Amino acid sequence: MKNDRIAVAMSGGVDSSVAAALLKRQGYDIFGIMLRLWSEPGQDNNGQNRCCSPASVSRARQVAAILDIPFFVIDSREEFHKNVVQFFIDKYSAGLTPNPCLECNRNIRWGHLMHKALSMGATRIATGHYARIIQNEDKWQLLRGHDNNKDQSYALSMLGQSDLKRTLFPIGSYTKNKIRSLASDFALPVAQRQDSQDLCFLADKDYRRFMHDYAPESLNPGPIMNSSGETLGQHKGLPLYTIGQRKGIGISAPEPLYVLSKNQSDNTLIVDKLSKLGKSHLKAKNVNWISGTTTKDKIRAEVQIRYTAKAVGAWIKPIDDNEVEVEFDHQINDITPGQAAVFYQDSVCLGGGVID
Amino acid sequence: MDKHIYMDHAATTPVDASVLEAMLPWFTNEYGNPSSIHRWGQRTDYAITTAREEIAEILCCEADEIIFTSCGSESDNLALRGIALEARELGKGNHLIISSIEHPAILRTAQELEHHHGFDITILPVDQHGLISTTDLKNVIRPDTFLISIMYANNEIGVVQPISELTAIAHEHNILFHSDAVQAAGQLPLDIEKLGVDLLSVSAHKFYGPKGVGLLYAKRDTLKHSHQTGGSQENGLRAGTQNVPLIVGMARALTIVAARKSNDNSKMKVLRDKLIESVLDTIPDSILTGHRTCRLPNNASFAFEGIDGNELIMHLDLLNIAASSGSACKTGNPEPSSVLTALALSPKLSLGSLRLSLGRDTNDSDIEYIQQVLPKVINNMRGAL
Repeated sequence: MKNDRIAVAMSGGVDSSVAAALLKRQGYDIFGIMLRLWSEPGQDNNGQNRCCSPASVSRARQVAAILDIPFFVIDSREEFHKNVVQFFIDKYSAGLTPNPCLECNRNIRWGHLMHKALSMGATRIATGHYARIIQNEDKWQLLRGHDNNKDQSYALSMLGQSDLKRTLFPIGSYTKNKIRSLASDFALPVAQRQDSQDLCFLADKDYRRFMHDYAPESLNPGPIMNSSGETLGQHKGLPLYTIGQRKGIGISAPEPLYVLSKNQSDNTLIVDKLSKLGKSHLKAKNVNWISGTTTKDKIRAEVQIRYTAKAVGAWIKPIDDNEVEVEFDHQINDITPGQAAVFYQDSVCLGGGVID
Repeated sequence: MDKHIYMDHAATTPVDASVLEAMLPWFTNEYGNPSSIHRWGQRTDYAITTAREEIAEILCCEADEIIFTSCGSESDNLALRGIALEARELGKGNHLIISSIEHPAILRTAQELEHHHGFDITILPVDQHGLISTTDLKNVIRPDTFLISIMYANNEIGVVQPISELTAIAHEHNILFHSDAVQAAGQLPLDIEKLGVDLLSVSAHKFYGPKGVGLLYAKRDTLKHSHQTGGSQENGLRAGTQNVPLIVGMARALTIVAARKSNDNSKMKVLRDKLIESVLDTIPDSILTGHRTCRLPNNASFAFEGIDGNELIMHLDLLNIAASSGSACKTGNPEPSSVLTALALSPKLSLGSLRLSLGRDTNDSDIEYIQQVLPKVINNMRGAL
């Protein structure tokens, strides 16, 4: 038995279950932790967060029993509500399109869970993310997962050196197919469920309905204008629209109209034709450099503006320690304030910031 | 760390080897349905009749006063629902009394009778040690009270109620008395005559018998209504084919425990007291929950200030110690149990409960190991806040 005690964040899904099994096979002293997260009360989800429904808890316990490891559920509803749900509401109310998964990783997984794990004698935590960590001289590096289709490094771009040195991603070097076959080799009974548990705390999948119910004061009708300043109609509240959105704007026009921007100061929604949507630069704030050292010179990188977007070649020009300007090689659509811009060189994730 | 210490015998116990041996033939060789007329059925019917007689002897009651069920909760349900239905039908009253430290099988059933069937319930408070006062009981009895249900020994804090005093009061008022003896059965006297109860629930897995079988003692002619309808098994009071091997196992386990419990109890009491004293001595801001002397021989339950009971269980699990907390819930919802709430502990204490329950094989070195690690764990947890 290795001396390292490792807390594995288990969800009952195939990825974290195989992660636990791999560590166990490598001889680590491991235990499982699952966080109980806040969820909106509702009928579709039975008032349960999709990341930790009773069925997932029971599945994770079953996996823990097969691996013969202790398994605990920790109540994190308050922390999750305060740090993730409230963040989500606040950012949408402020006209942005937030990414709650990044915030959950920052405050809940590498915050609350890490803290609990260390207090229970763990030296590191492990998760079932498709990403890799390598040690390069004295620095820890975050790499994209080996399986390009499954890579989750985007949502981990907020990690720092002290996080990476205490983290293991046991499945990051495998493909999803290989993980499935390992699960069957380990005889793990893993549930067939969707990979992405985006917006896990909603009773349904409708964030607009959620904003109506939880932040009605943020929904103030205002004008819809095109980029030349002509008023075309009225919107129902800026949080209900997102950059690049075409459906549901409610204006008939000869050419389809897209949301170009949301002007919070005069509560205006700017829409126009597709050709006006593209931009070739962005500014990112709250930038995290995973290496822990900031650069003063502009650097060449690929930049990814959404979890599912393709990374595009760009120059990154630091403005100060926390802010950068990104100049893309060509125009891209859907640059959305509030989402993360994440920087890569090949498969190495350099870090990222919040699109301004 | 190879030592594994199971200190959760109040949750469940291992099946005694001779109980297992007694059960095995009834799974395989003897599989007849006890309701069948042929010899295959005759033999299994004989097995459950024998089991019923063995149990009746230990409970000092008649064999036909024993109804086999699937667990303690079912026995509690059958008692409360059956008696309530009867009271309703005969106009014998509308009011039942339970205590504030009942198992959910009683509490939720009584609440359900109130919410959906229009019965009135009174929940009798307990003192800070969990004891019911006879005066309190007298004060809440009404002319329309038809049933009092008070548990013999509490599962969380181990407090033992003066059942014979309480049943005497009930009978003065011509009220039936039920007691949930699930936690008591393995350790306390079960003499029905001395206890004076009219109904009593028991579950086998608390005394080295199998899970999935229990019984309800119901004094002749008290229970006439079933809550599970169907065939006429168990005098028509519990429909469904009897689980022959488990019933045989329960009788065997109860017989064994009746013979050895006085020895086991004295041994466990010594270890329990050693544990209680050292915990209270070495861990600051700790209290014993329940009563110092009116207490199950195997129960040591505590509350620690500023500790999350759930997390304490996790820490102990990592040290290979199995224990429970009144606030423990495997789905991670830390709220103090209704029992701890009834004791009116401060909120700081009520989330920090720990129940260590000994078994007949618990030994000195187990207790010493706990004495050694528990203060450190509590200290570390407090330091981490």
